[in-house]
Amino acid sequence: MNPAPSVIVFSSLTGLGFGLLAWLGLGIPDVTGAAAFLMYALGYGLALGGLLASTFHLGNPGNARKAFSQWRTSWLSREAILAVAALLIVAPYAFGRVFLGGAPAELGWLGALACVATVFTTAMIYAQLKTVPRWSTPMTPVLFLGYAVGGGALLAGQATLATILLAFLGVVQLGAWTLGDARFADVGSTLETATGLGAIGSVRQLEAPHSGTNYLLTEMAYQIGRKHAVKLRIIGFLFAIALPLLILQATPGGLLWMALAVVCHLVGVFATRWLFFAEAKHVVALYYGK
Amino acid sequence: MTALPQSCEKKLGLVIDLDTCVGCHACVVNCKEWNTSNYGAPLSDTDAYGADPSGTFLNRVHTYEVTPDVGVPQIVHFPKSCLHCDDAPCVTVCPTGASFKRSEDGIVLVNEDDCMGCGLCAWACPYGARELDALAGVMKKCTLCVDRIYNENLPEEDRIPACVRTCPSGARHFGDLGDPDSDVSKLVADRSGVDLMPEMQTKPVNKYLPPRPKDTLLQDSAALELVATEPKGFLAWLDKALGAL
Repeated sequence: MNPAPSVIVFSSLTGLGFGLLAWLGLGIPDVTGAAAFLMYALGYGLALGGLLASTFHLGNPGNARKAFSQWRTSWLSREAILAVAALLIVAPYAFGRVFLGGAPAELGWLGALACVATVFTTAMIYAQLKTVPRWSTPMTPVLFLGYAVGGGALLAGQATLATILLAFLGVVQLGAWTLGDARFADVGSTLETATGLGAIGSVRQLEAPHSGTNYLLTEMAYQIGRKHAVKLRIIGFLFAIALPLLILQATPGGLLWMALAVVCHLVGVFATRWLFFAEAKHVVALYYGK
Repeated sequence: MTALPQSCEKKLGLVIDLDTCVGCHACVVNCKEWNTSNYGAPLSDTDAYGADPSGTFLNRVHTYEVTPDVGVPQIVHFPKSCLHCDDAPCVTVCPTGASFKRSEDGIVLVNEDDCMGCGLCAWACPYGARELDALAGVMKKCTLCVDRIYNENLPEEDRIPACVRTCPSGARHFGDLGDPDSDVSKLVADRSGVDLMPEMQTKPVNKYLPPRPKDTLLQDSAALELVATEPKGFLAWLDKALGAL
């Protein structure tokens, strides 16, 4: 799949932003006043920035407001509604924390729940697509939630919590890669099933339907990622998980070390999320002999 | 509304005969002509006369080579457009309600006034039947020529999809696949029509008729075997003489 920069920025930043807002809603860390203002500003900045980025890849953004209408069937619509709902629920809680010295804990829990649910719906946009076997597994929501709560804990400055969650995320990420590699074969789509000609023999593309490229090829038959997959996995794992863990465990801590861990994690998240798209093969590529 | 209808009164669709398709691409051209000049945004081309031409098409003809275990390979031309699936995943993923499947005839359509061009429906389609128009920024797909088939301003013989109307080899058939007694349903039964990618569980309405079995003359490739490996007589002398030169 074509890893559009706006989609990578959207899913990475909203994940981190909602992850941080979820921890803040649970009172972790238990901040008020100026400290709370800075943390909520960071959380809202990431979440809103990500949501804004998601509109950049639309062909017809004027109709974006209609995306709130089809929650009955569409995960993308559910994501849009929950994202706005989460930000609205968290807002009065954040106001109380920043300006009034506190807010009802129940409101914070509700906000945290909405934040986590938003990340889940983001993941389901991809996990629902049978056409992309690597994505259509329960590992996708686990992975997205893992990145959100792990990165959120790191942003919230929770060294112990972040250590546990990043270690868990490492296991989930390795598992997702390993299981994902076998998914396309498991689903069983081949050029033979795609053309219905398998009963006659083996099928190969003789001539493409057109000499130029098209929307389907640029969007769904993107192959650069697969070429460098192993290198990118190592880079992504190193930055997103290994280096932040090392910083958390082997340094004295403090704001500067935490900031460095966050920057490392962000670089790693972008690399693994880029790979999440670039590495995924859509079944339509079969029709083009790819 | 992006919920799929419980059931459709009719299941209008196409039956494509891979035995008779000659790969002339006339259906591609006539589809583009009709659909660029009628319903909705035109099907744009970018850099049409330049080095990197690209454009939106609702119907494309692939060409494949099929090699059996025994015997010689054969060429199959393979037209592909929207299959108007019963379980259309492109419809349910749509966040704006632009995509829908009609309960009266099962046609899957896009209301371009509601489409925000996110492209998720194209990702959800296993068949590559939907293309986001590069200029209009909205999703384009086969309408089964909904503006022809019910159009009483057209002569009756033209009230079929443009691709079917133009096919010179009679490889495309249009009708109600929900009615077991329709001509198209009988054709599918007679010729053992198949679904594309059944493992994707989309329950496509369009069916494909596989090529009929080939003549057995070339079955074991015997006719293509070398008849002589070593020259004899005059040819042997010529071979020797030319070799010595």
